[in-house]
Amino acid sequence: MKLSKEQVEEVAILARLSLSEDEVERYRVQLSAILGYIEKLQALDVTGVPPTVHAVDVDSTPLRPDVVQASLAPERALASAPARDGDLFLVPRIIE
Amino acid sequence: MNPTDLTLAELSARLESRDLSSTEVTRACLDRIRATDSALGAFLFVDEEGAMAQARAADERRAAGRSLGPLDGVPLALKDLFCTEGIPTTCGSRILEGFVPPYDSTHVRRLKEAGAVLLGKLNMDEFAMGSSNETSAFGPCRNPWDTARTPGGSSGGSAAAVAARQCFAALGTDTGGSIRQPASFSGVSGIKPTYGRCSRFGVVAFASSLDQVGPLGRTAEDCALVLQAIAGKDPMDSTSLDAEVPDWAAGTRGADVKGMRLGVPKEYFVEGLDPEVERAVREALRLLEEMGATLVPVSLPHTEYGIATYYVVAPAECSSNLARFDGVRYGMSSREEGALREMYFRTRAEGFGPEVKRRIMVGTYALSSGYYDAFYLRAQKVRTLIKRDFDEAFRQVDAIVTPTTPGVAFELGERSEDPLRMYLADTYTLACNLAGLPGMSVPCGFSTGGLPIGLQILGKPLDEATLFRVGGAYQAATDWHTRAPRIG
Repeated sequence: MKLSKEQVEEVAILARLSLSEDEVERYRVQLSAILGYIEKLQALDVTGVPPTVHAVDVDSTPLRPDVVQASLAPERALASAPARDGDLFLVPRIIE
Repeated sequence: MNPTDLTLAELSARLESRDLSSTEVTRACLDRIRATDSALGAFLFVDEEGAMAQARAADERRAAGRSLGPLDGVPLALKDLFCTEGIPTTCGSRILEGFVPPYDSTHVRRLKEAGAVLLGKLNMDEFAMGSSNETSAFGPCRNPWDTARTPGGSSGGSAAAVAARQCFAALGTDTGGSIRQPASFSGVSGIKPTYGRCSRFGVVAFASSLDQVGPLGRTAEDCALVLQAIAGKDPMDSTSLDAEVPDWAAGTRGADVKGMRLGVPKEYFVEGLDPEVERAVREALRLLEEMGATLVPVSLPHTEYGIATYYVVAPAECSSNLARFDGVRYGMSSREEGALREMYFRTRAEGFGPEVKRRIMVGTYALSSGYYDAFYLRAQKVRTLIKRDFDEAFRQVDAIVTPTTPGVAFELGERSEDPLRMYLADTYTLACNLAGLPGMSVPCGFSTGGLPIGLQILGKPLDEATLFRVGGAYQAATDWHTRAPRIG
């Protein structure tokens, strides 16, 4: 399986990663090798086989009752914020 | 005898009889860390002050006859992906540099309630992605048996710290072998319990359907003492199982394997298995047989698809989980120029290391439009086939015994440029995660070069008791787990 430079760049955009030219080339080679290896899964017949989404039976893990409980106070939730404005997380401008 | 040479269970007995104080033994661990860690790099953060305060409190409880149990006053350490209130948690990544969690993980909270002394945070592969601890943004951890080699990964710091007698046990996590593989490479014991045995609350997520918390310790009994303190239903994690937590430690004492049926999968003894590892594991099997177990040949026919399945499922889940690192709420944020979109791209480009980016890229590709069915959905179906292999085998046997890894610890740098070859170090461990089963590794010998070899024991869902029984019986009959590396 061989990925093109453009495919790698497109995946990087989806993943919100800016890559240097060098990285694009390195990942193109490495991802091609990894995906080539993964292709061996195509050799198996999986007709009628249900997917395993989780290792445990989801029915045995019911949700807890939906009751209001104490949660993180704003001051503590904001303590590691890179930038804040009062009780808000501050981000760079969104509309360009 | 230095108190750090005791096992956790031995230490616990001496604390109980007041022959040793927690203050003395905590001081001894801190001294040991200071003497040995510049050569190893196992710790990312040592909380000397906090540890000594916890030790004094434990001594006061014991003096007043109010001991909290076997872990009261016992020095332990944590892989640096457990959230610790007020103490930095990096997950081995630049992107979490400076992050101080506002709460404790369920495990940290339960260990504190059991009186454990928490020495600090341990080195690991970045976001637990790696098999050698080399992807840590803060430098690799080294193997105490040979510092030119890896201690294994991703819980490399946990394994090295236990092997080097810096702490009495450590918590790790295991997504594809990250407890058992480093335990094997570093000559210690470790168990990944059944998926759902332990909560995942407060553990930085990698691949949520595979991640599981567990202990690394000197012996199976030590692992049991820690696991039974942290396991059990947690309302904060809906996938944590509401199953009774037995006294596994008691089950390791005087354990025997008489009448037990142990499966030996032929697919695990194939080309690529180091002959020295095979010899040690076969010798361990022979001994278990001599002790009264019956060895039963079994087949796990989809074994060869394990790595390919894992390297679709794990990266897919990681690419989704790691989307949360956006530079907005905590950790690194690169926002010198440009708007919000640039901040996302730059923060993630500068904050994540090469292996994490590689897996995010693989996962994003596998989940992207047009490829989902061919990769992710298909991998989940193969996961079902792998699971069925185990269901079938466990109809005939009580546990399955295999090598933990195909080879002994490799040299730092040897595989870091070849991701596929690195992934092969997990060949024997990752099926257990895909199937959600419990798995343990115990030391079972050494290579001629003096490097540890591990025996893996896989069990039925929620049947950790059988693993502790086999591990306990094997360690009562052997002394591999008592050997210590010469360091410091």
